[in-house]
Amino acid sequence: MSAVLERPRTASLRRERRWALIWSYVFLVLFAVLFLTPPLYMLVTSLKTSAEISAVTLPWWVFHPTLENYFGLFDSEAYRTFFRNSLVVSLSVVAITMVISILAAFSLSRMRFWGSATLATGVFLTYLIPETLLFIPLFKIFAFVQDWTGIEMMNHWWVLIIVYPTLTVPFCTWIMIGYFASIPKELDEAALIDGASYFQVLTRIFLPVALPGVIAATIFAFTVSWADFLYPMAFTTSVDQMVLPAGIVTTLIKGDVYNWGQIMTAALLGAAPPLLIYAFLMDYYIAGLTAGATKG
Amino acid sequence: MAQVNLRKIVKDYDDVPAVRGIDLDIADKEFVVLVGPSGCGKTTTLRMIAGLEDITDGEILIGGDLVNDVPPKDRDIAMVFQNYALYPHMTVHENMSFGLRLKKVPKDEIQRRVKAVAGILGIGELLERKPKQLSGGQRQRVAMGRAIVRNPKVFLFDEPLSNLDAKLRVHMRTEIKKVHQKVRTTTVYVTHDQVEAMTLADRVVVMNAGLIEQVGTPHELYHSPATIFVAGFIGSPAMNMMRCGLEESAGALRLRLHGDISLPVPAERVARYRSHVGKANLLLGLRPEHLTETRAQTLPGQAPFDVTVEVTEPLGMETLVFFSLNGGEVCARTNPSANLQPGKRAPLLADLRYMHLIDEASGRVL
Amino acid sequence: MASGIAAEAAAPLPATRRRSTRRRFVRRKSWIAFLMALPLIALIGALVVYPAFYSLYLAMLNKGMEHFVGLGNFSFLFRRDLFWMVVKQSVIFAVSAVIFKALIGFVVAHFVHNIPAKGQRKWRGMLLVPWVIPPAMSTLAWFWLFDPSYSAFNWVLSRIGLHGVPWLGDPLWARFSVILVNVWYGAPFFLIMYLAALKSVPEQLYEAAAIDGANWWQKIWYVTLPMMRNIIAITVLFSLIVTFANFDIVRILTNGGPIDQTHVFATWAFQLGIEGGDLPLGACVSLFMFPILGVAAYFILRDINRRGNEA
Repeated sequence: MSAVLERPRTASLRRERRWALIWSYVFLVLFAVLFLTPPLYMLVTSLKTSAEISAVTLPWWVFHPTLENYFGLFDSEAYRTFFRNSLVVSLSVVAITMVISILAAFSLSRMRFWGSATLATGVFLTYLIPETLLFIPLFKIFAFVQDWTGIEMMNHWWVLIIVYPTLTVPFCTWIMIGYFASIPKELDEAALIDGASYFQVLTRIFLPVALPGVIAATIFAFTVSWADFLYPMAFTTSVDQMVLPAGIVTTLIKGDVYNWGQIMTAALLGAAPPLLIYAFLMDYYIAGLTAGATKG
Repeated sequence: MAQVNLRKIVKDYDDVPAVRGIDLDIADKEFVVLVGPSGCGKTTTLRMIAGLEDITDGEILIGGDLVNDVPPKDRDIAMVFQNYALYPHMTVHENMSFGLRLKKVPKDEIQRRVKAVAGILGIGELLERKPKQLSGGQRQRVAMGRAIVRNPKVFLFDEPLSNLDAKLRVHMRTEIKKVHQKVRTTTVYVTHDQVEAMTLADRVVVMNAGLIEQVGTPHELYHSPATIFVAGFIGSPAMNMMRCGLEESAGALRLRLHGDISLPVPAERVARYRSHVGKANLLLGLRPEHLTETRAQTLPGQAPFDVTVEVTEPLGMETLVFFSLNGGEVCARTNPSANLQPGKRAPLLADLRYMHLIDEASGRVL
Repeated sequence: MASGIAAEAAAPLPATRRRSTRRRFVRRKSWIAFLMALPLIALIGALVVYPAFYSLYLAMLNKGMEHFVGLGNFSFLFRRDLFWMVVKQSVIFAVSAVIFKALIGFVVAHFVHNIPAKGQRKWRGMLLVPWVIPPAMSTLAWFWLFDPSYSAFNWVLSRIGLHGVPWLGDPLWARFSVILVNVWYGAPFFLIMYLAALKSVPEQLYEAAAIDGANWWQKIWYVTLPMMRNIIAITVLFSLIVTFANFDIVRILTNGGPIDQTHVFATWAFQLGIEGGDLPLGACVSLFMFPILGVAAYFILRDINRRGNEA
């Protein structure tokens, strides 16, 4: 880069490039500020006392930082319940999703059966059906399942473990089909000749080789089930059954009195797990994100 | 004993025939090469022996047992793939021992066998590397090692050298031959390269369009091809095929190539060819090395004739000379000292003791 | 089963018999394959396909769900001005948000692509943060930034001598605000997609274009855009569906207000169906997301088929 820039003959080109670079940085800084303002403001607010929040001072700065909002939340029975419910639901959904989609992706990409090609396309299409189309019929369906079986479906956190896989499985299957399809056919043939069963081909060859895909799909499943808001709003109502997003919104924002320090802290802590995963596994996260479009 | 027998093997892909009925008996410890142009069914045949393709019709026996319905892992075979198919997440050692570990062979036994085979192949220092860290030739060795270490009844090779550069290919060819001489396992080897086939094989099977054209030792295929396909496929530069007529005069036979070129058929061939006198669609097959510059002494069966040289290709130890005859191009291998020049008339010598007379209509060598 | 096959294979068998064993072997393999895909099929069938069709039926029941009213709910909706307002707002919301997301994503992707490669990772990492935070959480932050009395934005505006803006109080501003938040949340996704696409355009194409005398704009128009056409189409289509179906942002910021002016299909359906207790009417509203879905499905299927033919 600099070697190219320092050649004297190309002075005008060099100046042009330098300006392009400067402008790029200017706009990148601008957009980064725009993009990062809300999360940073969450952090700023979470460190303030209620008094400072309602005072007419510079809102973008903390003059008397305190962790009282954080301790307040750790002491809150309700918030701990939300967090625990979110964790149990998300981890269960990840496990269920990975089992279902890995088995299906292996079958669809390698073994083939009558109608398997149609099913692979169908999987992608179902990913496009939004949850907003499904929550009302599901609500009614749960009501009559309850009538038939006597199992109380409504207002239980574990119902989310049943419905969240509809959000995660199609896309994860799609990602895994893409990764599995890129494994050369000879690799499983070699393993078959070496004496592996189909199941061993999956566990000893496909999963290790497609590990980046498995990680990407796991991250996707976790973040989606951690973030979902509509299903818990529709299917859970009491405080002890709620997960984080719905819990924060419905219990902390009540009436006209907002405790903003508390709300921002709760939201920030709620955003922490996906942000941490992203910070440590950014490349896998992005691979999963782009896999859907480029492999589709 | 690990002989392989194919009985009337047929393979159709959705009613498109790939292999159209093959009979082949491969003896124990024999090195057999299947060779032919792409799409001739050689790889399909190999994959059917491996059990990777099911058979539409016919029978395959390995070591005398019918294996049509036996899955690949129970056939006691090992295969080396064109792209090596090394497991990318395993070290060389793990790659080689994978099959043994699946069979629950005791650990020290695995160690012993991997060490021994790595020694044979000279990859002892690479055992802890991953395939990514290996060169093409090293990957090739590991793929072979993975096959050998299992000590199978039959080795199957599917164009194992075609991903290597020319120099390495020649080297690995010798390696494969050496390894076979050491371990003496029945081997079926597929390639499209006739030089590879000739140098490696005990017997070569030439395939074309889903059928076997000819089976024989390299020597037999080269000197007595049975069909026009084999005659043209084996040998480089390829055998010259010249349209000709067969005439009889006073008990001797002559080949008429062109208005003013007529060559005598050697006396020992007269009886064999007499019944074909006057037939249409006859070709004279003559390899380039049997078309040379004239020599001081002409032996019986050799016949001189004059041509106009069009192009010469000096290769150092010999010079290829091209001329046309009846609209077809003909190649001769001459001694550089003869110094034949393009555009000039030159006398050549046809050594008809090695001639082949081919019936173009039936494709048979007469 | 395996030992059975081996035993049968060992004994010589008549040809027809042998073939049937072989076929049974092949059939068994595809049975295993089917069983492995069965959980997926069951899940999608029971919790996606069945509810989707069931909502068609549900939309044709009366409020108490005792009897069939045919298209009664639809004709009821068509007579209400609010319904047409929601249709209009959903379209405005989705279309303008997607356009701005795509534009910002495209432009910022170029900026990231312009800078030296070793710094790109860092910038990309920062710029994707809005997409990573669960939207329900980040919308709360926006809600706080838009607060009528303590808005930190209005504080800045008043410092530079401007009037504060009623971000969520005025219908027009509220519509702007929900779109703004949606653009903020979704633009990074486009950014990442376009950055990946930009990286896949071979550098020689730009060099060839430069030699042919193309200026900066012509390079984008004749090289970048055609090369990225597929990825642009698929991201726009995809984002259009997701944005049309958006629930979180509108629900948290305005809950449809002021005076129902910012409702989109999803939030209105939720209000009618779950909160209002009229499931059939809610189902009816959410069904209006089907047409856009159908159009998207058509284009995506066409794309898949075309790629299949090329391969």
